[in-house]
Order: sequence, then C-alpha cells, then structure tokens
Amino acid sequence: MKLELRDITKRFGPLVANDHISLTVEPGEIHCLLGENGAGKSTLMNVLYGLYTADEGEVLLDGEVQHFRGPGDAMAAGIGMVHQHFMLIPVFTVAENVMLGNEPTHGAGRLDIDAARAKVREIADRFGFHVDPDAVVEDLPVGVQQRIEIIKALSRDAKVLIFDEPTAVLTPQETDELMAIMRQLKASGAAIVFITHKLREVREVADRITVIRRGAVVGEATPDMSDAELAAMMVGRQVELTVRKDEPRHTDALLEVSDLEVTDARGAVLVDKVSFTVRGGEVLVVAGVQGNGQTELAEALLGLQANVSGSIRLDGTEIVGRSVRDILNLGVGFVPEDRNVDGLVGDFTVAENLMLDRLSGPPFVTGGMIRLGTRDDFAAKAVEEFDVRTQGIHEPVSRLSGGNQQKVVLARELSRDLRLLVACQPTRGVDVGSIEFIHKRIVETRDAGVPVVVVSTELDEAVGLGDRILVMYRGRVVGIVPSTTPRDVLGLMMAGVPAEEAAA
Amino acid sequence: MTTTTLTTTPSSGSVEADLRHVRVVSRKPAIAYVVVVALLALLLALAPREGDTNFRFSAESDAIRIPDVSVPGMTVAWICVALTAVIALAAVALLRVHRSAPLWMSAVFALVGFVAFLSWAGAGSDRDFPVTRLVGGAVLLAVPLVFGALGGVIGERAGVVNIAIESQLLAGAFFAAVVGSLTKNPFAGLFAAILAGMLVALLLGVFAISYRVDQVIVGVVLNVLVIGLTSFLYSEVLVPQAQRLNETVRFTPLRIPVLAEIPVLGPALFNQSLVVYLMYIAVPVVWFALYRTRWGLRVRSVGEHPKAADTVGIKVERTRYRAVLIAGGVVGIGGAFYTVVSVSSFGKEMTAGAGYIALAAVIFGKWDPVRAAFAALLFGFASNLEGALSVVGAPVPSQFMLMLPYVVTLLAVAGLVGRSRAPAADGVAYVKE
Repeated sequence: MKLELRDITKRFGPLVANDHISLTVEPGEIHCLLGENGAGKSTLMNVLYGLYTADEGEVLLDGEVQHFRGPGDAMAAGIGMVHQHFMLIPVFTVAENVMLGNEPTHGAGRLDIDAARAKVREIADRFGFHVDPDAVVEDLPVGVQQRIEIIKALSRDAKVLIFDEPTAVLTPQETDELMAIMRQLKASGAAIVFITHKLREVREVADRITVIRRGAVVGEATPDMSDAELAAMMVGRQVELTVRKDEPRHTDALLEVSDLEVTDARGAVLVDKVSFTVRGGEVLVVAGVQGNGQTELAEALLGLQANVSGSIRLDGTEIVGRSVRDILNLGVGFVPEDRNVDGLVGDFTVAENLMLDRLSGPPFVTGGMIRLGTRDDFAAKAVEEFDVRTQGIHEPVSRLSGGNQQKVVLARELSRDLRLLVACQPTRGVDVGSIEFIHKRIVETRDAGVPVVVVSTELDEAVGLGDRILVMYRGRVVGIVPSTTPRDVLGLMMAGVPAEEAAA
Repeated sequence: MTTTTLTTTPSSGSVEADLRHVRVVSRKPAIAYVVVVALLALLLALAPREGDTNFRFSAESDAIRIPDVSVPGMTVAWICVALTAVIALAAVALLRVHRSAPLWMSAVFALVGFVAFLSWAGAGSDRDFPVTRLVGGAVLLAVPLVFGALGGVIGERAGVVNIAIESQLLAGAFFAAVVGSLTKNPFAGLFAAILAGMLVALLLGVFAISYRVDQVIVGVVLNVLVIGLTSFLYSEVLVPQAQRLNETVRFTPLRIPVLAEIPVLGPALFNQSLVVYLMYIAVPVVWFALYRTRWGLRVRSVGEHPKAADTVGIKVERTRYRAVLIAGGVVGIGGAFYTVVSVSSFGKEMTAGAGYIALAAVIFGKWDPVRAAFAALLFGFASNLEGALSVVGAPVPSQFMLMLPYVVTLLAVAGLVGRSRAPAADGVAYVKE
C-alpha cells in the first residue's frame, strides 16, 4: 500500500509542530524520518495514526484521501504502529494484548482465547519469534515486548508500518535483529516508516531519508551520506560528533563502592554486589540497556534508595545510611535520569529551580527568608554561563526546551564545590547542539579533578565520554573495560556476555 | 507474505526472573498475633466469668438436628488463648529464620481466637449461642456490602474510583421504598433502586469522566448530597404520607428444597429472599464478565492503560461510562435490600456507612469480585456478631460492639491484606493529547 502525506500542518497553540510536511512511502520501501527530539516526527506520525487531527493537509492511501477519527480508523485502513512507549497492558498476557480491540469471540461477547493464541503463534512462527501467548507482558524483556507490538500490528493486517524510535530501548544485538525484521517486512511488501535520530541505523536500513527540522522538511538525504553530513542537515549547522578530551590526570579524590546491594520492596536484587572505584579526574560510564540496575545504582550514590547494603566511601567517608541532605552537603552533584520528575519543578521559575537544593542557610537564605537579589544575580550569571536559552530568569522552567532544561539542572549541580558528580542520562531528550555543550561541561568537571560517574544507555556517549566503561546486566557488573573497547564487544557485554568471551 | 526464519535471540526470559531475589519478610502478622494474644489474655484475666457456654447449631424446625454443645466457658477460652499463643510463638520463630507466617496460619489464628472470645462472652449465660443465626445473619447483613463491593470492583477496574457507593446504596434504598410503596410490588422497588443507583453513577460519570474532576472529591460530594436530599425528602414527604409512600411489601423468603436441609449452613444460606439469591448469582457473573468476555477485557484495559486501549481503537470514555453505569445499577440492587428485604420502610441515613465498608472490601479483596465478596461477607459477620453477643448478654458495652465492623475493616485493610495492586489507571482521568 502506498502512503502519501500532503502538506500536513499541526499546531499546538502558537507552536507549529508540523509545517506543511509532505512525504511519500512506497510499498516495499523503508523510509526514514530523521530529526532531532522535538523536531515534530512523532507529531506527524500521531496525525497519520489518527491520534491527532491535522489542521491542514491530507493523508492518502493508494491515492485515496483518508479521514481518520481515531486510531481505530487508521488500523482498519491498514496502518500499524510500533510505539516508542509500548502500548501494551502490562498485566495482560501476550494473547490478550494482541486481541484487544479486535477480539475473536464465541458469540455473545465471550472471548475466544484459543483463537487469539493461535493467531499469536501463527504470526510469531512466520517471523521466527519465540513468544509464549500466555506470558504476562510485564514479565517479558523489552525486546520481546516490542515484538508483541509488531505482532499486534500484523494481526490486523497492517500494510503500512510505523516504527517510532524503536531502538531506544534495545541492546545493539536486539537492534540488529529489529533491522532484520524490518527488512523482512519490506521484502513482504509492507511500506515502512522508520523514525529515528540515530544516524548509524538510518544508514543501515533506509531506502530513502527525509530530514525534518523544527517541524518542516529540510530535504531528502541518501543512505550513502556521512554521519557528519546527516547530522549537519538534522541540526542545521556543523556539529562536533565526538567528545574532545585529553588523557585523564588522576587526583587523590576517590569514590570506592564495594559489595553494593540494592533490593526493592519485593526482594528483587536490583544491584547485585557491585564494586568499583572512580578516581578524581576520570569519568566512569555505567553502560547497559535501560533497566539493568544502573538507575538504582546511581540513586544509591545519592541516598535515594531504601534497602541498601555494602559500602560507598567518598574520600574515605561512608555514605550508605546517610540522608540525602548529608550527602549533598558532602559535595555530591546529581543529574537525575528524568529531569521532569526528579530534577526540576516545572511551574517554578528558572531562578527558583537554580536554588532548589540550597534552601537552608546562606548564601540564598537568611533567617528563613529567601534573599531574592542574591538569587536573581546568581541565576542571571548561571543562565549566561550555561547558555540557557530563556525569555528570562523568571520564566517557568517547563516552557524551556529539553536541552535548556537540562542545562538548568547542570548549572545548579555544578555551581557547588563538588567532590563527586553523578549524571544519569545527561543528554536524553536533548538536542544535538546542547549535547555538545553538556559533554563539554562534564569533561571540564573531570579535568578539575572531580570523580565523575555517568549513567548512559547510548553507546556513542559511553565511548565518547568515558575513560572507563562499567557494563551492567541484570544488576551485576559484566565487566569494567577501557573506552577503547570495540563497540561490538560492548554490545555483547550489554547482553550479559563476559568481556573475555565477547572479545573472543 | 514470504516466510524466512531469523536467528534466535539471547533475549528471551524475563529481567525480573533473572534477578537474584532475597526473601522479603513481613513482621506484621507476628506482631499482630502477639498483640491479640496479649489482649485476649488480659481480657480473660481481668474479667473472668463463671459457668458454661452453650452453642446451638440448629433450630427446632430443622430436619437434621445437631445436638447443642455445652462447654465450660473459661476453661475452653484459656485453652484457645494458649493455642493462639503457640501460633504466635511459631510466627516469631519463623521470623527468626527469615520466613513470613503463611496465610493459613492467620486463618487458624483468627478462628481459634474467635472461639476463645465467644466462649468467654457466653460463659454463664442461660441463653444459647445461636450459631446458625450467626452465619445466616452475617449473610443477610453482607448483602448490601457485596453488591456495593461488586459495583466498586467494576468501576475501579475501569479506572473510576467509586467513593459514591454509599450514596448509590442510599438512593437505591430511598427509591425502592417510594416506588415499592406506591406499587406495593417489591419487583418495582428493586427496579427503581437499580435506576437510582445508575442515576447517581451518571452524575459521577459526568463529573469524573467528562469533566475530569478529582474522583474522590466527586464521590464524597455525591455522598453528602444524597444524604442531604434523602433526609430532606424523608422528613418533608415520606413522614407525612408514610402509609402511601413509605410502606413497602417485602420479598418473602424462598426455601430451596434440598439445600436448605444442610445442617447449620442450609437454613442460613438457602432460606432467603430473592435478592440474596441474586447476590449468589451476581458474584460469579461479574467474575465471568470481567475475565472471560470482550466487555471485561476492554473494561480492564481502560483501567490499566487507557492510552494503549485508545491506540487499538477502544473508546475510553464510552467504556468507562458504561462500566460506571452498570456498577451503579449493581450497587442499586444492594440499596433495594434495605427497604424491600430487610425492613419495609426507609429511614434517615439508614445505610450508615455500608458504602465505605464496601469500598474497604474492594481493596481487601484486591479488586477481584470473588475475593471482594468474601471480604464483604467477613465484614457482615463482624456486624452480626454484635447482635449475637447481645442475645447472650455478653459483658461488653454495646458501643464497643458497634465499633467492631469498623475495627475489623481497618485492621483488614491496613495489615492482613498482603500485597495488593490497584488497576494502574484507577482514579486517573484520561486526557487525550
């Protein structure tokens, strides 16, 4: 089925998310939609999928104009979508998820679960998946959950498949497998839209590439273009894709973690006897696929986890068991994984957010009163120093773009005298321009002699930023290796293969 | 489509399952046991009673009669307390080796402790303990609670918290009384109660689903509103014309032949009115509907992850509305119980918080219709105990006994329920982006 988008325009208030975007996808073709976070790719696909209604423009399938009032209509017309955040019901089984909305019944509304199971098996077999129709989705790894999303789309005979940032949650191996599946779907005649901001993947599978920037199409690209060329199109200027840094100069500062164990309320050991040291002047990247204990490890460093045993010593001082306040006062800077949940108060102004962790005592508070002048001077300086693009320091931080929000967090954390910096996913949801800046500041902190721990799921970031890389899998340390380790070895380690075996 | 086979992946199996697990030990049961044993021992030591306790297991008219049992009250009570102490010690010993007390232990503990209490309370009384009535009365008192809990389960499974169970019961009782009196037909009363429950549910739906007002607040406001409205209408309209508007014909008990002959339980369970039998049917029907039908699958999906439901073409708001209305109708049946089964007239605020206890049963029953029904039965039992104890003249102030169902509810919800997980989107309005 041939898909055509003509002059799609979608506005949210004054913001134009999609500005007259046109796109054609032929059957048997993988068409890449390349653009930064916030460029409008997901909005466009949500219009196509009937979740949003376009303000202008039309969607055509095989030359016929479609009017979708909801995702149900889009699905009925043959469009399937694999969502970035899986649209699966965690407590349902695979079969229940696949049949939901399209249920086979024995008549009178009684579910025909056997028919649903058979359907799952039939599609799974066709693609060589191994999926148990009766497994509960939340117990399955994300890679398998994604396959269920694909099965769900195929069970409704989708001829146009949209993959929205599908590789964000996958290991490098799973990514390769997904690429193979996409090629297989293409061979069977499906039209595929592949949304991503990862250049490597684009060049690997794309037949055609459309680059989107700030809601508008900036041009077509070809898979044989270099990373630098593609990045420049995507960002609109030349960008530095590699992190510049010198050899580490070690100082005496030292973070020692030994036999650290973190358990959740149900007794699952999320961080399992983890030991490592980070010296002043070096960056240790904790790498791994999302959900293998890195987040909990980082939170334990700040005292945010409840059930922790083992030892964390910062310059000889034991941290485990101390309050977050104490740990902050020791000089630990923390960039949380999700800035909107843990890092910022959206309705507060930039200035307020910049002093959020210093509400007890000077310089900002005397006698229980906030010294507004001091605060505003500080904020103005921080905004300038960290190049935060904002209307002013009194603008609510929620109105800033992701990259600028992250700079506010970083400015706050780096404005204290640090003895340790912990940064989780420092560049997630951040535009390429800001990534450069954030990486530079982290390297500067390292060069100032502070031990730095960065948690990252992006292989590029791990290799670029780290002096050493600690790979975690299922809560355990697979290995600690130099950042010169080949990518495919790191990829295997992220799937739990020990370093020596992976290198062999 | 062509068929090719891809290489298999290393990624099968679950992250959660692959993690090492340590055993999480709950101290709650052991602590609760020790406290209860101490309280029981204190009660027996400080307020000893003389004489025997008589337990009566069947009525004069029963076909199969079980002889009454007469035991020395204090002796049996102390033996039972000793037994509970043994269980408590066992639980503490288990804690030492990092094990939690199993659930059956709690059940045995509760039963033995209960017998201890009854033996003490009945000692020396010249009246018998009517065990049959203890069970039968409990079932009867549990009827509105069970219907309320079923309604609660349906609503919350669809993602709408129903604090308004209380007002749906009360509205049901009121309209059943008025319509039942006007028509002198209990079926008409029952029907009116269902409609009344749905009417309150519609209000809940409009505010909670369409206008996305906080569901807890809407529920509380509806409760206050219906209490005020029915109380006003009661004193201004029903009282002056009590004969015409507030005197219903009740459902008469239907005796089910063979089943009613079963000793102890038979008369208690199978010599009841139509509404009680309706309850026996409603519990499995709701279970089947939720877990085995298309409707149930969709209801549960909008309660867990409405956006996912939306992306497969399910109309979230419509599904929620339908579920809330059905839930209201079910609760309405429970309301009818008050005025066409239990008594034959409406009284001011006659539901007396039953809706809130039903809500507790929903949580205690972990949002499952069958478990919630059993929880409601337990609460009904606690309510009924008060009546049974006053029959034998137990030396407990009646005010304390009136507290019993609420204390049981609190304890049950706080500690003994174990881990329970509400539907993920329970109480969260769905906002389409």
